[in-house]
Amino acid sequence: MEPIIIEGTPKTPTVKFDSTEGVFEIKGRSIPENSVEFYKPLVDWLDSYKESPLTKTVVNIRLEYFNTSSSKCILDVFKKLEAIHKAKNEVEVNWYYEEDDEDMLEAGEDYESIIRVPFKMIEIVE
Amino acid sequence: MSFNIENYVSDHSEGNIILFYKGNVDSDVINHVLDTVEDKMVAVNEQSKLRKKVYNVLVESLQNLYHHVDRVPEDFEEQGSEKYGLLVVKKVEGGYRIITGNFVHAENIEKLEEKIKRINRSSHDEIKELYKFILNHQRISAKGGGGLGLVDIARKTGNKLEYTFKEYNKKYSFFYLNILVNEEI
Repeated sequence: MEPIIIEGTPKTPTVKFDSTEGVFEIKGRSIPENSVEFYKPLVDWLDSYKESPLTKTVVNIRLEYFNTSSSKCILDVFKKLEAIHKAKNEVEVNWYYEEDDEDMLEAGEDYESIIRVPFKMIEIVE
Repeated sequence: MSFNIENYVSDHSEGNIILFYKGNVDSDVINHVLDTVEDKMVAVNEQSKLRKKVYNVLVESLQNLYHHVDRVPEDFEEQGSEKYGLLVVKKVEGGYRIITGNFVHAENIEKLEEKIKRINRSSHDEIKELYKFILNHQRISAKGGGGLGLVDIARKTGNKLEYTFKEYNKKYSFFYLNILVNEEI
């Protein structure tokens, strides 16, 4: 599978999905007006990856801001990971938040309560 | 007396205006507004927690305008704008106020007002649950909105949504949303 490597912009995050490493990353700001357009290729890619995933997949989410339109797309990403996990593969989500950013921590907890995948909340201390 | 959308702003004169915009709300305008307000908050060393909340609320407010505004009335001065909106950002005691304004068709007022009232009578925990419910059950609309913007604003600010409708004519009203983002006490 071809990896997905997307450079971040002021409104869209940096993305690295590489099926040979099994470590995926979404990082930066995710506030586009049309989030479906941005996330659809990622969700499609995960759909293919889920056919023959590595035994362990680690996903690092390190967002500074995300809008409500992205929040639904991020849920779609997690739902694919949930399917991979359900098929008896190890999946781990690391949800990073800055130390004073309770909103970002709560957002991670929202997903943790909806998606049946182990989450780790990681505080970034400056 | 003729209708003037700015009257509301002069009637609510507390604080200092740090940004005023009226006109078409497109992607470039949104970028520009976000950059400008973020730079201004950084310049005055605003604490990062408040800065992030203001930024988040601003994103949702602008994208609400972008996704949901109704077309301007046929006799309104600015016919060129497809997504006409008003945005005012003010520094007030303890935080910021973000005021948005846009035209709403008379037939859409009730639905919008019902949504706001539901949010305003909910506790913080209920709003959190409502957010999660919509996140998990509602698809992104054809317009591109997720239906979560107002809920998210209420959740992040912890404040009631202040709003008013000013009748423009029988078919249209102008909807003002006045959001207080302040430091926690």
